[in-house]
Amino acid sequence: MLWYTGKRLLQMIPVFFGATFLIYFMVFSLPGDPIAALYGDRTPSPGVIAQIRAQYYLDQPLLVQYFHYMVGFFQGDLGTTYSGRPVSEVMASAFPVTARLAMLALIFEAFAGVLVGLIAGLRKGKLFDASALVVSLLLISVPTFVIGFVLQFVFGVQLGWARTTVSGEAPLNELILPALVLASVSFAYIVRLTRASVSDNLNADFVRTATAKGLSRPRVVTVHVLRNSLVPVVTFLGVDLGSLMVGAIVTEGIFNINGVGGTVYKAIKLGEGPTVVSFIAVMVVIFVLANLLVDLLYAALDPRIRYAK
Amino acid sequence: MPSNSPSGQTHYVAELEDTPVAAVDRLDESQKARSTWADAWDSMRRRPSFWISSVLILLIVVVALFPSLFAQTAPDACDLGNSNDGPAAGHPLGFTRQGCDVYSRIVFGTQASITVGLLATMLVTLFGVIIGALAGFYGGLLDALVSRIGDIFFAVPTVLGAIVLMSVLPVRTPVTIAVVLSIFAWPQIARIMRGAVLSARNSDYVTASIALGVSNSKILLRHVIPNSLAPVIVIATVSLGTFIVAEATLSFLGIGLGSDVMSWGNDIGQAQTSIRTSPQVLLYPAAALSITVLSFLMLGDVLRDALDPAARARR
Repeated sequence: MLWYTGKRLLQMIPVFFGATFLIYFMVFSLPGDPIAALYGDRTPSPGVIAQIRAQYYLDQPLLVQYFHYMVGFFQGDLGTTYSGRPVSEVMASAFPVTARLAMLALIFEAFAGVLVGLIAGLRKGKLFDASALVVSLLLISVPTFVIGFVLQFVFGVQLGWARTTVSGEAPLNELILPALVLASVSFAYIVRLTRASVSDNLNADFVRTATAKGLSRPRVVTVHVLRNSLVPVVTFLGVDLGSLMVGAIVTEGIFNINGVGGTVYKAIKLGEGPTVVSFIAVMVVIFVLANLLVDLLYAALDPRIRYAK
Repeated sequence: MPSNSPSGQTHYVAELEDTPVAAVDRLDESQKARSTWADAWDSMRRRPSFWISSVLILLIVVVALFPSLFAQTAPDACDLGNSNDGPAAGHPLGFTRQGCDVYSRIVFGTQASITVGLLATMLVTLFGVIIGALAGFYGGLLDALVSRIGDIFFAVPTVLGAIVLMSVLPVRTPVTIAVVLSIFAWPQIARIMRGAVLSARNSDYVTASIALGVSNSKILLRHVIPNSLAPVIVIATVSLGTFIVAEATLSFLGIGLGSDVMSWGNDIGQAQTSIRTSPQVLLYPAAALSITVLSFLMLGDVLRDALDPAARARR
């Protein structure tokens, strides 16, 4: 386990620097003036241009620019927004809201997704299974922002069960509807993944052995089938964080939530390039770290990985 | 057929037709063995979802190629007097906020979505197959290098990376969006291709080719790549659908196709202001988009089942 953890940590270092450099490289070495590109249709004042040149070391070679950026990054300086507020400060105030939304979505997609997938896998070919498959395909093919608009319209406007926009403090009960929207696509993927791996595991030798030694059906299903079926689901949750982040940008934009995603959404809409780039760089770093965590969790769940060198 | 042995015991010998030898004898060597693709075709053509998705995809592609065959009203012949009106004679789906015909805009918007989806899928597949095949076949330093570079691109979620690039790119055409999406999406195909090539490389027919003195490049092109493509084709079909969703998401955020380009994503994004008064303006293009994506997902599912012998046996 220690060997595995060490190896993973070492492998993460080039990925971390590579991914941040990639974003940096894309923004600042495109043909043309990066400052003009960042500000879209507007022309910033000469003072702002000079400030940005100094801030990003634009008159120095790209690698030197990147080096300065990373040094600042590790000292907690994540860049500044269009209006000059430090990204770290905006992050700190917006993060709790997004964390609450993401937790709600995660709880929903993980529990409901695994439950529906398990039942569908156990009753393969029956009505429940067929409808679960159809619903999951539909949820995947309808874009998140359409699901968001429709649910907002039906539950917020027509039925009046929920508020169409979330208030500033974003209490949990107002976040239920946005969380359902955010969770919808991942829920569909988890259903399909769990169903496939449950139906595979039902035919596995260890399940036959467990049944043969006289264990009750509920015990075989929960302890032997379900636990082994969770391994691919956990891996998926790590990769899925990327689409959850995009989903948060869209969902928080639609429901006007003052979280990290909502901030990025407004910055994209207003053409505030520096804010978008700083925030997404931080998101990618979180994504890389979360996947490292999932890798380690994966090893804890699956003994075959723990002992393999 | 009882026969008497010298010891006087009776033995029963099965008729030749009842033994496994008969099956071997029946093999006609002049006939070619059935390929994976022939088996897959047999399994696919029995499934209704294969026919439904193929017919839909064919229809969508024809609409994308010849939109004027399907819509009589020009999509840019808009009359503000009809703003957000419901269905009328000759305008089955009603009008947008600008008073344009919704049906005609859907028909003419097909091209943008399909172009982005097809082009991005082709780029990702071409790049992924070449990189993955070389890395898996030659191994060693090349493999290590390519895999680590792939890890870096894989660490940036596709749409997040596309948001960054699109918000600094001045040109926003279907081609730029397709290129931007494929920059971040190729490692997935490359990884799958590498895995498939690794297992094909160790198969008997490759060992046989090496023993016969066939050159490395010929083995790679004639034997290894054709036999490793099945999983790539499945993933490519599914990603075509996800690229179309990604384009719509970018257009919705305002950094996808330029607002002058007719596309489902742009239309859905522009319709959000009128959803309360006339939801049809948002729902119809969204339905067109979802049916297209659904068709590719269904086809991907059928292909997966057909190309994986283990999955075929399980069904």
